[in-house]
Amino acid sequence: MVTVSMTVNGRQVSKEVEDRRLLVDFLREDLGLTGTHVGCDTSQCGACVVHLDGKAVKSCTMLAAQADGASVKTIEGLADGAELHPLQAAFKEHHGLQCGFCTPGMIMSGADIIARHGSDLDEATVRLELEGNICRCTGYHNIVKAILAAAGEMGGGMKQAAE
Amino acid sequence: MYSLSYRRASSVEEARRLFKEASDAAYLAGGHTLLPAMKQRLAAHDVLVDLGAIADMKGIGVSGDGLTIGGGVTHAEVAGSQEVKGAIPSLAALAGSIGDAQVRHRGTLGGSIANNDPAADYPAAALALAATIRTDGREIAADDFFTALYETALEEGEIVTGVSFRIPETAGYAKFRNPASRYPMAGVFVARHKDGTVRVAVTGAGNEGVFRWSEAEQALSGNFAAEALAGLSVDPDMMMGDIHGSPEYRANLVAVMARRALGSLGSAEAII
Amino acid sequence: MSVEGIGARVARKEDKRFITGQGRYVDDMSVPGMKHAAFVRSPHAHARVGAINAEAARAMPGVVAVLTGAEMAADGIGNLICGWMIHSKDGSPMNMGAWPALASETVRFVGQAVAVVIAETKSQARDAAEAVEVEWEELPAVSDVLGAIAEGAPQIHPEAPGNLIYDWEIGTKDEVEKAFGEAAHVTRMDLTNNRLIPNAMEPRAALARYDAADDHFTLWTTSQNPHTARLVLSAFYNVAPEHKLRVVAPDVGGGFGSKIYIYPEEITCLWAAKKTGVPVKWTGDRSEAFLTDAHGRDHVTVAEMAFDANNRITAFKIDTIANFGAYMSLFSSAVPTYLYATLLSGQYDIPLIHCNVRAVYTNTAPVDAYRGAGRPEATFVVERMMETAARELSVSPAELRRTNFIREFPHQTPVIMLYDAGDYEASLNAALEASDYAGFAARKAEAQRRGRLRGIGISCYIEACGIAPSKAVGSLGAGVGLWESAEVRVNPVGTIEVLTGSHSHGQGHETTFAQLVASRLGVPLDNIAIVHGDTDSVQFGMGTYGSRSGAVGMSAISRAIDKVEAKAKKIAAHLLEASEGDIEIADGEVRVAGTDKKLGWHEVCLAAYTGHNLPDGMEPGLKEGAFYDPANFTFPAGAYVCEVEIDPETGHTDIVQFVAADDFGRIINPMIVEGQVHGGIAQGIGQALLEGCVYDEGGQLITATYNDYAMPRAHDLPSFRVSTTETICPSNPLGIKGCGEAGAIGSPPAVINAITDAIGNNDLSMPATPEKVWRALHAAGGGLREAAE
Repeated sequence: MVTVSMTVNGRQVSKEVEDRRLLVDFLREDLGLTGTHVGCDTSQCGACVVHLDGKAVKSCTMLAAQADGASVKTIEGLADGAELHPLQAAFKEHHGLQCGFCTPGMIMSGADIIARHGSDLDEATVRLELEGNICRCTGYHNIVKAILAAAGEMGGGMKQAAE
Repeated sequence: MYSLSYRRASSVEEARRLFKEASDAAYLAGGHTLLPAMKQRLAAHDVLVDLGAIADMKGIGVSGDGLTIGGGVTHAEVAGSQEVKGAIPSLAALAGSIGDAQVRHRGTLGGSIANNDPAADYPAAALALAATIRTDGREIAADDFFTALYETALEEGEIVTGVSFRIPETAGYAKFRNPASRYPMAGVFVARHKDGTVRVAVTGAGNEGVFRWSEAEQALSGNFAAEALAGLSVDPDMMMGDIHGSPEYRANLVAVMARRALGSLGSAEAII
Repeated sequence: MSVEGIGARVARKEDKRFITGQGRYVDDMSVPGMKHAAFVRSPHAHARVGAINAEAARAMPGVVAVLTGAEMAADGIGNLICGWMIHSKDGSPMNMGAWPALASETVRFVGQAVAVVIAETKSQARDAAEAVEVEWEELPAVSDVLGAIAEGAPQIHPEAPGNLIYDWEIGTKDEVEKAFGEAAHVTRMDLTNNRLIPNAMEPRAALARYDAADDHFTLWTTSQNPHTARLVLSAFYNVAPEHKLRVVAPDVGGGFGSKIYIYPEEITCLWAAKKTGVPVKWTGDRSEAFLTDAHGRDHVTVAEMAFDANNRITAFKIDTIANFGAYMSLFSSAVPTYLYATLLSGQYDIPLIHCNVRAVYTNTAPVDAYRGAGRPEATFVVERMMETAARELSVSPAELRRTNFIREFPHQTPVIMLYDAGDYEASLNAALEASDYAGFAARKAEAQRRGRLRGIGISCYIEACGIAPSKAVGSLGAGVGLWESAEVRVNPVGTIEVLTGSHSHGQGHETTFAQLVASRLGVPLDNIAIVHGDTDSVQFGMGTYGSRSGAVGMSAISRAIDKVEAKAKKIAAHLLEASEGDIEIADGEVRVAGTDKKLGWHEVCLAAYTGHNLPDGMEPGLKEGAFYDPANFTFPAGAYVCEVEIDPETGHTDIVQFVAADDFGRIINPMIVEGQVHGGIAQGIGQALLEGCVYDEGGQLITATYNDYAMPRAHDLPSFRVSTTETICPSNPLGIKGCGEAGAIGSPPAVINAITDAIGNNDLSMPATPEKVWRALHAAGGGLREAAE
């Protein structure tokens, strides 16, 4: 067993867990933050994406112990109180989700993409950057549209809409 | 995943000690090869020694003709580094094409090199850029480092602390991705060095892992351009074959990617 | 169009919980005392199960129990069933082999479960499952249909000699043969419809609880149809009687057919929960999904089409072999028969059709309905044939289709279906215009200058949705009726709950169904709740699959609204001292037409519940239900145009443009309909370019992870250009045809037609991987060099 302490969505947490505990299981089962999902076991689908010290990572592919001392943000911590993050709002407005299972990972990845690319974001870049996130429902069309719209909203600029 | 003990090392020496104390330890760097294998119970280790907190393995620096990158530097850091972009832009571009954004945030140069996955990108750059692999005990020339599929010259417990790449006059990288895994099915790194020598290294395709394509190197030493490779091909018997690509197809891809690498000097082209 | 009613592009009511991480999927749930299940699965494709030694496993930390198939059989748990009886052409019933939830004698595919471990944690259950020792006696295995029907093939089930499940036919063979004898031209093709693995992003999961005091079970499960699950679990598996079993399908992360069926894991968790006295949860991982979810497609077909001298189709004959895998899944038997052969007339006036279908066992995972189910296979055959025939006859592919379009409705095909409405020329014209089909030659020439080969392909699909009526499907062998139920419950304050038997796992029912109610009763969307997915709440339902929720599910709601409206009008007429026929309901008010006499909607509702002043003899309350059984199938149809560019050196295909023009009848929410089309097209392009399930000869699954099974990613796809044309469906009160599967049905032949056009070689199978395209290009000669230079 190992004691892990980290900041999750701005809250300091500390728990004793098995050394083999994955970060995603720590979030879902030890902290009850079930918005982060598990869709595969080979690190490809991206349903488990969270931000670790501000960067998008796959929480299924690291141990909780590796995140000891880090700051983690999950989908539950993205909105500012009752106010949705612009990306959350854009996913709703542009119908960027259907079954909702990949959505938390998509939104966390989308936020990371916007943070890294800012005003350089265009449709081709968004599509390439979504390499690590699989959606089976939407054909990505409206996800791409939502990320571009949110980038525009957030002042990142929007060179080209996904129409 | 089987039961295990997690140890975080704060120095290379501590990592070595923790490794030695365990019966079947493994080093944990980015974890993007090791952890999926362990999750699927295809691999088991009693102790994982995390190298992620070792400050000495983090730096990037240029000195003379060499660019040295710490073993613990992530692919995203390499891709975004002004030093790397300035010294060897195609290496930065290669790093920016590895896996996906989330993998690049965690995966490290040392982990990629030490694993010698036949479908990894970095080994091609290491060979073509005449790199020196620095470990906690010695320096190994890239030509001597990659010994077989998933095998390297590393001794038990030896750690890749960094890699020094020779800064070329010009270089380029092109790869064709496996449509499922998105690892390269053929990736070719071409470099012309300042002493006029040419190196061409191929990853993803060879049935013994990364290799130097000497015929291409000879052909390119006179004329470092795609047309010099006209008609040149690798032997399909040396290629891997699977449901995604036969040896013949991979042989074709090697030739095509080599030409495209020459067409994208100073950058990288990834066909997906 | 109101801002919230039918036809409005309303953002989804259900989205907030999903975008904030508050969705409630089965794996998100836990109940006190819950333990975790892990299954012991066969590593062999075919083996006899010998002794199972669980001694070491039982002694491991956290282990509560290890249970086997023998114990399950001893407890009287029944075998899994196939719910649609098909008779062979000789009149004999289909040959169905027994499928126990936990195998105790023989395993027939890799991944089949033989035992289950229940432990304190997921990891402990896995650890112990690995420690269960099974004595396997390996048997010869076969994984492909042609091998399975060959002489001397391994025999998979004693009930099915030669591994043949049925040998079925439809149509008039002799007349078809005669027409071929008189044909001016015959087009013949060998076609394979590649096997797919559904890959809903949420892996299957089940949580079962048994309350001993009440002898009552609850099952939370990843289901598209919880009532059907309850019915089957009760009637056939003897897990619990219906009134003692509650099945809840909460938020479900995609289905695409794969979550219609009741799987061994659900049965086992329910049984184990009672046997061990603890709630049991199982959550599959992706590897288990690859091995054990019902796969889709997998047909091998020979098709021949006869034309007269005017390029009119005179006859069509088709011989198909369908791979059913190792067991007959719930609706498997209907897929290559009544969902496939009956659609082989496509959009065309074909006087004579004959189709023979053989269903075959192999040592692979069971195969059942996957998005489109039979209709993509039919469309692929018809539309590859049309494109090929056009090339052979040297007429334009659009023209050949126009020559043969059905133009008068209703139209009776020679394969059962009575098409009720459509305008195929309109959708084709819309698609050709949107894709600038006329300008293609210039784009091709421009691509050529860049060293790229450009091609264009058309597909005109038709599908049959909302399978019905129950009487008809019953006569064809269905074990269930295919109606839908709804209850509209108006509360005393005027807010409304709709209880529907449809199940939303991404389709947006909480929004579209509410839009219907808003349109009809003038109530704001915020005052309407859609309740689904819980057998304790909802009266009954057949669930969501086959694009049926709009055409059938909403029609049931519409019928219930009719009754609510009638009663509300009666009450209002009584209160306002007006004639019932003069009452109108709109905008939150109940008015006497042409006067200023009115009541608030909430006032009428309250009056219904106070009962203080109701017409003589009227019962209080305002709650009505309906069971709606449609008069006919619905027939969505459309035209897709795909444009590709090929890199001749690598064979890589880029989809540079994809245009869809669909006729779905009346549309409730265009935004949601477009989303359904996008997703369907992505799956269809996935089938055409990327996805192919591969077993080796010995029955080991090669494509068992995302490293080998190529899922479409964002950069494999373009943004789609979708539009609709509209002919109202006359077979249901709303005029809806259904839109859930169209994209997956119509797109694969459009893609393959485009690629074969680009490379000048028609011999190309799905998935058209870069290597296959590269080889086809080489085999065709010229194209490669020309473009490269």
